[in-house]
Amino acid sequence: MDWGDWLSNSQNILFVVIALLMVAAAVRVVTSPNVVHAALMLVLALGGSAALFLMLGAEFVAWALVLVYIGAVIVLFLFGIMITRAPTGRDPVRLDHERRWPAALVALATFATLASASVAAFEDEAIEGGVSSTGDLGDVLFSRFVIPFEAVSFVLLAALIGGIVLARKDPG
Amino acid sequence: MLVSQFLVLAALLFSIGVYGVLVRRNAVLVLLSIELMLTAVSINLVAFGAYLQDTLLSGQVFALFVITIAAAEVGIGLAIVVMIFRNRSSANLDELDLMRW
Amino acid sequence: MIAGFIAYAGEIHEPAHLVDGGVLAQYAWLIPLVPLVLMFAIVFFGKRLPYKGWELAEASMLFVAIYGVALLVMNANEGITHEGSIEIARIGSYTIEWGWVVDGLSIMMYAVVGVVGLAVFTYAKGYMEGDSRYTWFFAAFTLFAGAMLVLVSSANMIQLLVGWELVGLASYLLIGHYWEDHSNNAAAIKAFLTNKIADVGLVIGVIIVGVTVGSFRFGDILSAVSAGDSALAQVAFWAGLALFIGAMGKSAQFPFHVWLPDAMAGPTPVSSLMHAATMVTAGVYLLGRMFPFYQSDLFAADVKTWIIIIGSITLFAMGLLALVQDDLKRVLAYSTVSQLGYMTVAMGAGAYTAGLFHLFTHAFFKGLLFLCAGSVIHAVHSNNMSDMGGLRKPMPWTYRTFLAGSLALAGIFPLAGFWSKDEILASISYDAGHGGGAIASVVLWIAIAGAFVTAFYMARAVYLTFFGEYQGQAHPHESPRVMTYPMIGLAGLSIVGGFVNVPGLFTGFTEWLAARPLPMGDHHAESIDFALAATGLLVALAGIAAGTRVWRRDAATQRERDRFRVPLLYPLLEHRYFVDDLYRVALTDPIKGPVARFIDWTNTYVIDAVVNAFGAVAKGLARVVYGGFDQRGIDFVVNAVAGGTNEAGEMLRRTTTGRVQQYAGALFGGAVLLVVGLLIFT
Repeated sequence: MDWGDWLSNSQNILFVVIALLMVAAAVRVVTSPNVVHAALMLVLALGGSAALFLMLGAEFVAWALVLVYIGAVIVLFLFGIMITRAPTGRDPVRLDHERRWPAALVALATFATLASASVAAFEDEAIEGGVSSTGDLGDVLFSRFVIPFEAVSFVLLAALIGGIVLARKDPG
Repeated sequence: MLVSQFLVLAALLFSIGVYGVLVRRNAVLVLLSIELMLTAVSINLVAFGAYLQDTLLSGQVFALFVITIAAAEVGIGLAIVVMIFRNRSSANLDELDLMRW
Repeated sequence: MIAGFIAYAGEIHEPAHLVDGGVLAQYAWLIPLVPLVLMFAIVFFGKRLPYKGWELAEASMLFVAIYGVALLVMNANEGITHEGSIEIARIGSYTIEWGWVVDGLSIMMYAVVGVVGLAVFTYAKGYMEGDSRYTWFFAAFTLFAGAMLVLVSSANMIQLLVGWELVGLASYLLIGHYWEDHSNNAAAIKAFLTNKIADVGLVIGVIIVGVTVGSFRFGDILSAVSAGDSALAQVAFWAGLALFIGAMGKSAQFPFHVWLPDAMAGPTPVSSLMHAATMVTAGVYLLGRMFPFYQSDLFAADVKTWIIIIGSITLFAMGLLALVQDDLKRVLAYSTVSQLGYMTVAMGAGAYTAGLFHLFTHAFFKGLLFLCAGSVIHAVHSNNMSDMGGLRKPMPWTYRTFLAGSLALAGIFPLAGFWSKDEILASISYDAGHGGGAIASVVLWIAIAGAFVTAFYMARAVYLTFFGEYQGQAHPHESPRVMTYPMIGLAGLSIVGGFVNVPGLFTGFTEWLAARPLPMGDHHAESIDFALAATGLLVALAGIAAGTRVWRRDAATQRERDRFRVPLLYPLLEHRYFVDDLYRVALTDPIKGPVARFIDWTNTYVIDAVVNAFGAVAKGLARVVYGGFDQRGIDFVVNAVAGGTNEAGEMLRRTTTGRVQQYAGALFGGAVLLVVGLLIFT
């Protein structure tokens, strides 16, 4: 399959747009000298991934992502930024380490490995479209996956309690 | 749509997340970068689920799990950061070298 | 695990006169298990018990002693061989098993560990009274005995390794029992490290043999030996040598002996058990367990040359070292090393029975000697013989039992040591005429000379400790009964213990030990070789006579200043002075030597000149071996290993920066490298 064929599909054009947006946002997340900007850029990147989920027919996951991340987690992050008085102005020296090239090298190597392995393994395998219903997802979640589901709910509960215990002021 | 286009995008996001984890000094920003990595994993899971036409929808189920665990991790992680900040008046990771020799 | 239970007694070739052993043998797994379980009970509940855990330790030893003696009696009626195994895990085609073997060799070890252990544990109640870590001591002590029982009961090499290392661990804990003193800690670490170095040999040997045969069971390995397995035969020399290196470490053979004298830092009951029944006998036991492997010409027979050479160096050189020690426990320690040399020499001469018979008798009298030494040390609050003397009156029972032990060790008829030493001499003599060649002939002479040295240093220990005037500060008194009774019991065994194997009259011990699934192919004397026995006895008597000559009179002098006052007036006293400081005068003050010898000659004590000359040579040799080789050569290697480890640690610790992100970077980079490596190499 050549690039022309690939791009002639409208879905793929949409994918390219979303992907470029996500990558740009992600790069800002890790390079922005402003902490609040970084958190807002993460919102953009996560929104892109929600859009991708919609393209892949995973409606419930997409909206859960929007609700949980954009609704809750990012707000939590903003609170964290506020409480820890992270610098919000332009002050690049304090936010990043000075020597970035080893990190960049490792990240580049990770990308090269993952991408080349993926491409080598799946070359031209196509994804058939199709939407899965939220009802079906609910059915498997509460039948086949009910035990992991309960386990995860316990993890959340533990995290809730742990968060309170850790973050509250020492009563003594 | 190809599987590999999603995988390559996910790999790119993951690597950007790795870069962020390694290079950011502020603990909150490191947590943000970890979220990027987790999202990349979710994309992989959902893409594989769609590709395999799995009737059990395992890909989506596990993407949900990842989102849940990520929420828990952010909650705990930020609580720890807040506590460290309270004790040391700093949330910079390179000042936390208690485990040094 | 229970489902994997396999009892395969009789699966391998079994001579007709051997029986399975019945219920008693089937439940022999209790022997190592009971001490190990009680060890945990002592740790958890010991402090709350009326005797603070001692009763549990004693109960475990009582159990082992009764069980072991019951098996011994049964085995004396009819030879028993039994092997049981429980499968624990499976790795590839190899099974990891917990096994117990009940045959002549292991029954003998059970009985020895049980009986000597019982005596030592009883004694330790009195000795350790008031110790700040009393309960902990008995927990570690029970672990020590239990670990040895794991070792000797093992039916496969993996379990043997486990027991081997457990013994090492327990000995580390016990040697360092008084860890407040830094030098005790250092001694514990030295013992552990020296053993570890030798253990590398054992592990290599186990892997070679196990992988070649395809099974770690001794039964399978020895079956392969008797079947003449050609694959095993090819690697047999190196495997046999590696296993022997492991045995050298535990049995403190030259040059791995350095840890044993330092191990005296532990409480005396520990030394007693360590030197008698557990730990140092493990190496000889291993050689006995693998005996057919070394005996067969197809396999590791060539290693026997090395075994006999190492053993003879050990028995003679280390015996000399006992002559220059002031610390009573160190005298006994070097004596143990020397006696282990005898056992090793016997194994090298192809004499399974003789080596293990000496192990058997030595366990009684060396255990006894250490208990007596502990009793003395307890009374005078010093380890040094220069602080002792004249103790035979205040401590009559200690004196009598120590004397019995010393005579047994020196090999005086009819005590235990005489029979076992004679058996060894006879075996070497036989080997000299049957394949051992010139080496065995030389070793025979070394062994006879060693008998002289043994008697000589034991005479010194007895005279300096119990005769003459008391030199110490404390007020010596006889130990409590809880300490003297075990000593008397072991003294009884040291006196009569040799009669279980009198060639030509009653060879019960030989038959007990022969209860193995496969024939051992060793040689044992059919009748007493009177000439050889007389030689051994006369040499020992000569040693005692020489020792008496040298130290008896000296001990009568009281103080150094007395001697300086009288030499010209009383040549006899001058003579005593000369003998007293024989070594020192002869070596550090060459002027006094000829003068003293002149007086010696003028007093026509011709025999003393011989004694002096011998003493000078002995001292010189001992100093060279101890100072030049032992301290500088071998200790240097040990220290170099420690230093190297330290240096490497210094360098490596710089990687531990405490920066989480550096670790994360290394993690991701490493993962990528692994994947790339995988892609390239597959």
